[in-house]
Amino acid sequence: MTFHTKTMLTIVTEAVLENDLVALFEAQKVRGWTIVAARGKGAHGEKRGSFDANENIQIELIIDTASGEALAEDIMRRFGEHYALVQWLSEVRVLRGNKF
Amino acid sequence: MKDFYMQIDPVVLFFLLGLAAGIAKSDLKLPSALYETLSVFLLLAIGIKGGLALAKQPMMEILPQAMLVLLMGCLIPLLIYPLLRLKLPQADAASVAAHYGSASVVTFAVGVAFLTRLAVPYESQTTLFLALLEMPALVVGVILARLGGDAKQATGHGWGKLMHEVLLGKSIVLLLGGLAIGYIAGPEGIKPVDKLYLDLFKPVLTLFLLEMGLVVAGKVGALRQHGLFMLIVGVGLPVALSWVGIGFGMLMGLSLGGVTLLATLAASASYIAAPAAMRMAVPQANPALSLGASLGVTFPFNLLVGIPLYHQFAIAVA
Repeated sequence: MTFHTKTMLTIVTEAVLENDLVALFEAQKVRGWTIVAARGKGAHGEKRGSFDANENIQIELIIDTASGEALAEDIMRRFGEHYALVQWLSEVRVLRGNKF
Repeated sequence: MKDFYMQIDPVVLFFLLGLAAGIAKSDLKLPSALYETLSVFLLLAIGIKGGLALAKQPMMEILPQAMLVLLMGCLIPLLIYPLLRLKLPQADAASVAAHYGSASVVTFAVGVAFLTRLAVPYESQTTLFLALLEMPALVVGVILARLGGDAKQATGHGWGKLMHEVLLGKSIVLLLGGLAIGYIAGPEGIKPVDKLYLDLFKPVLTLFLLEMGLVVAGKVGALRQHGLFMLIVGVGLPVALSWVGIGFGMLMGLSLGGVTLLATLAASASYIAAPAAMRMAVPQANPALSLGASLGVTFPFNLLVGIPLYHQFAIAVA
């Protein structure tokens, strides 16, 4: 089997942004993403995840590098100023490369 | 009579247990799915109870009262915003004003438990008041945040999304939905499920308050950061605002129990609907400040001291 090199964009941010980000992904025709509840600590304080208004999410999506960079910059422009937001790109090797 | 106030309601003891465990850094943690489940149950149960009782009331009597409650919800943030503005930037003052104008479901539930224990009757439409009170302050808060210079730079969401969040947020849907179910089903129709929704209300409230104690313990850090200001706001505002509730309650001609509950609603601050709405609409406001005051100070204050105090206020003027 062949592994294809792709880029994974990982986003850790506030749960309140979930619907906006999903709308953005839909608009950008991203083909898939995974969202999980996240806990941790950062500049915006500790998120224990035990309380609605105090929840973080982690999103992962696999995409080509240029689109990943553009998407991350767009998200940064829209939400970076006031929301807890950490993003990183990493190289991943996937099966069925045509799915991403 | 005094004896009643000396012994603490068991539901409050559960809160204190959670608070103590949290402060002592116990590893006690309820699964967040349980918290979600309990809050769905509580909101539905409060709604159904209100709906059942509402069915016995003439609508025309309630309508003017409902209008007054909406007015009170708009008035409270407008009253406290200038005060908060003395110390806080515009966005923070508006956000805190919205939190205190909106109401807390659990504080209301504890108020109901308090009155039930004292066998003080109250008007059934207070549940409707609770639902009505959640919304207007959020809208006023966003307007206050967007007024003037900052408006152009406002990075928050548009009004459409905000209204969707405010009107179709889960707490409003569950409260009003429960109200409608109780109203339509009536006492006979609700019989098959009343063991769950009516009989188990207080036991479930105890579990919910245990979790709330843990959550509030987590706010101690924020309190340390904004200490004195948060204490003044968190204790001063509810006591002052309880009188707004008492005033409106008298104006509506509510009973002693009804006035106590309206004072409790006016004094309570939202920590579920308001933080989510403000985070979306006024992202430049610091959520630790408003949530720290409403949840970290006002919520425990109302539970331990406020509700019996507002009841005494109501007795004094009734």
